[in-house]
Amino acid sequence: MKWLNIDKSDRLLLIVFVLAVLLGPVIMTPIGGGYPDLLQKFAIFGVFAIGFNILFGLTGYLSFGHAAFLGIGSYTAVWAFKLLTMNVVPAIILATVMGGVFALAIGFVALRRSGIYFSILTLAFAQMSYNLAYSVLTPITNGETGLQLRQHDARVIDGLFGVERTDALPTTELFGLSMSGWSGYYVCGVVLIITFFISLRIFRSPFGMMLRAIKSNQNRLSYTGVNTRPYTLAAFVISGMIAGLAGGLMAATDPLAGAERMQWTASGEIVLMTILGGAGTLVGPVIGAGVIKYFENIFSAFNHDILLNVFSFLPEALQQAAATFFGLFVGEGWHLTLGALFMLIVIFLPGGLMEGVNRILNMIRRRSSSSGPPAPAPAADASVKAGE
Amino acid sequence: MSILSVKNVNKRFAGLQALDEVNIEVEAGIVHAIIGPNGAGKSTLLNCFVGRLMPDTGSVTFNGISLLGKSPHEINQAGVSRVFQTPEIFGDLNLLENVMIPTFARRDGAFKINAWSAVSDENDIEAQALSSLEDVGLIDSARVTASQLSRGDKRRLELAMCLVQQPKLLLLDEPTAGMARADTNNTIDLLKTIAEKDITMIIIEHDMHVVFSLAERISVLAQGTVIVEGLPDEIKGHPKVQEAYLGGAKL
Repeated sequence: MKWLNIDKSDRLLLIVFVLAVLLGPVIMTPIGGGYPDLLQKFAIFGVFAIGFNILFGLTGYLSFGHAAFLGIGSYTAVWAFKLLTMNVVPAIILATVMGGVFALAIGFVALRRSGIYFSILTLAFAQMSYNLAYSVLTPITNGETGLQLRQHDARVIDGLFGVERTDALPTTELFGLSMSGWSGYYVCGVVLIITFFISLRIFRSPFGMMLRAIKSNQNRLSYTGVNTRPYTLAAFVISGMIAGLAGGLMAATDPLAGAERMQWTASGEIVLMTILGGAGTLVGPVIGAGVIKYFENIFSAFNHDILLNVFSFLPEALQQAAATFFGLFVGEGWHLTLGALFMLIVIFLPGGLMEGVNRILNMIRRRSSSSGPPAPAPAADASVKAGE
Repeated sequence: MSILSVKNVNKRFAGLQALDEVNIEVEAGIVHAIIGPNGAGKSTLLNCFVGRLMPDTGSVTFNGISLLGKSPHEINQAGVSRVFQTPEIFGDLNLLENVMIPTFARRDGAFKINAWSAVSDENDIEAQALSSLEDVGLIDSARVTASQLSRGDKRRLELAMCLVQQPKLLLLDEPTAGMARADTNNTIDLLKTIAEKDITMIIIEHDMHVVFSLAERISVLAQGTVIVEGLPDEIKGHPKVQEAYLGGAKL
């Protein structure tokens, strides 16, 4: 009996992943990212990216409207806080379920087409959700203000358990554990680990193999006796559920939901994260999510004065020039950095950051094998295994 | 007994009668070749067998079941496998995975969510896939990515993918198209060993060397109709065939 039914190399990967999540604060503090709000974002977007990758990385279907499920998850979670309880468990479960329900409906229609038409259909659905949230659905979404908690919300379950009402807004919690600060990060971290484990199992399963076959050659797969539609739909629903889960977590750590979460830029961001990290690899999307959120935080916080400080070792004229030039890439302009980084990666490492990691690993392996006996280097297998 | 029966099939494309009252009976267990000049309607006919095209009128029945209106995966599940003119394989996956996928499809049917079991536990499926790779002589490259194979080896892989499903009928669309002579001869030898396994084969082919090395019965298609059908020896010297297919040249 294998432990958790996963192979030895995957077990190592899982252990490293768990350690990285648990030691997140320790790892991130030296590079200026060691505060809970940012790490919560890492974990939440990591979950989102893992879900997106199950669709895009495995089947190759590029959804350009995944943020819609994130938004739906957030609205559902906030409503759960308002109507049921401030405990995050029902909120997160309902957010996941609603993400799945919407994914089933949208996927049923959008998956009739593939390639660019599929992307456009999903984009259209997401933009429709976004606009509806601002217009006719205002009673549910509270329009531009966003959906917020009130002192007088029903909170039926809390009422049953006799939770006292105070004048202050209630805060989200997990059986007494606060969802803000470090405890909030660890709740998100545990969800990230569980999602990662699910993704690992899917990647290694016959189901995952079929999804990769869809990406590789859908035509051959149908002539092999496989009905591809339900497979893509299943992947789409799983992916939508995980996006809903991420949306629920977002609301759990910060209980308000706005429609801007569903905008196309948000959908584009998750595509960037996945490609940047390495679509179709297990950990790549999580790394991509981390890198983008990290850059967003670090670079957008820079301003002219900080830059002047950084370049204070230069003569004054150069100092000004350097600060002005690099000023373009930070603060409001941090998207310029992101764009440049993204272009570099796509041009030089089409497989994302994970391809870079693999190349380095292969180089080390080759160097160590040249001193010892020649190691068998099954190129394809090595890249697949190590890449994940 | 005929395994595939094509009756009065017509197919018209905007002003062109691609198939005109085609009748073909394919006997079980033999290699049946469909030959004909370019544009005779061979590929159109094949596409009617596998659910890609719907004939305007007529019937195509396999083992007594109509194939018309069925989707490609249903036709495959009924026992018909197809080899494409350009080998259709899973280029991003390794050879073993390429063959394991059809093995899963045979065992699990057209759709099954087994997302919680591990591929590495499927020893039975893996053994079947490996033995199929061995049959076509690709066992040594089981872990190679399929897109790296030569044209001839891709064809071998595609055949392994079809054979692992133990089809009752195997359709081959120009199996040696674009191959070097040595590859062509190797493929012919491989197809001969397959023919001994009680699998009915329909071959659509240009190359007369291939046709006469393999076929036990030949239908000649010209301008959408079957002009002659018979044993290879009968076809070889038939004046009608020489006129339509070879333009009068001696074979």
